[in-house]
Amino acid sequence: MGGAVSPFEPGDRVRVLDLGKPGHVRTPRYVRGKTGRVERALGEFRNPEDLAYGGDGLPRCGLYRVAFDQRELWEGYEGPAGDSLYVDVYEHWLEGA
Amino acid sequence: MSGHDHPHEGPGRTASPYALRIRAIESLLVEKGVLTEAEIQDQIEYMDSRSPANGARLVARAWVDPEFRRRLLADTKAAALELGIDASGPVEFVVVENTPEVHNLIVCTLCSCYPRAILGRPPDWYKSFEYRSRAVREPRAVMREFGHEPPEGVRVAVHDSTADVRYMVLPMRPEGTEGMSEEELAALVTRDSLIGVSVPRAPARAR
Repeated sequence: MGGAVSPFEPGDRVRVLDLGKPGHVRTPRYVRGKTGRVERALGEFRNPEDLAYGGDGLPRCGLYRVAFDQRELWEGYEGPAGDSLYVDVYEHWLEGA
Repeated sequence: MSGHDHPHEGPGRTASPYALRIRAIESLLVEKGVLTEAEIQDQIEYMDSRSPANGARLVARAWVDPEFRRRLLADTKAAALELGIDASGPVEFVVVENTPEVHNLIVCTLCSCYPRAILGRPPDWYKSFEYRSRAVREPRAVMREFGHEPPEGVRVAVHDSTADVRYMVLPMRPEGTEGMSEEELAALVTRDSLIGVSVPRAPARAR
């Protein structure tokens, strides 16, 4: 992980994993299992899932801004196609799609 | 000893169970030497020194100075520092720009992440379950309730700040503001327009 080259690039299709991890995680439920597109690599940050329990959050993990089509997230979404939602997701919650 | 007079709680306010719990935790942290009263006080003062006026100044400058706008979008912390707003710290900032094609809205569904180092504390509604759950799912309905309806053809982009980045909206400059000073422009920029639930005030009609 740490120091490795980023596995995702802007434009890549990614699926958000449902790791079923309890406790303090930063991946909202409503995007788990959904497919989006990497908009931007945001850099590497200490892992909040470790920091929350007194750990040092190391090694740092990559964070990506992922764009989703609102109509794919919510059944019966009221807005037009093109409405989007951006969520920042840590690397270990993503896989190529 | 109770040298700490809790200026962060309004006078005459009955302490809720949560407030009492926080106070108990605070006393323990001080007693055990994890934090000092002075550090807690400094943090409160730091938060109180931030306000939406900072965001308004950044926006007004970006409206009048295209080069500054570019810098604000590229490196928010550095641009803020140019105006004497110190947003340094481990958290990153991203400014998202409203255009004739896209309107941006900020939320934190998991808690209440907010660009505090620039804007200070978020409004209570921002932390409510209602806003947090509805802003992602029906952003257009939420905006309507705040009095804003994006014009036909404008896409809505919601940003759920879940991690290490804090978002702020750069709203569009209202029409009819040509020739206004930077200070006058800043007065049009509301806190809500920096979150994206609405847009800046229209200028008062010239007489």
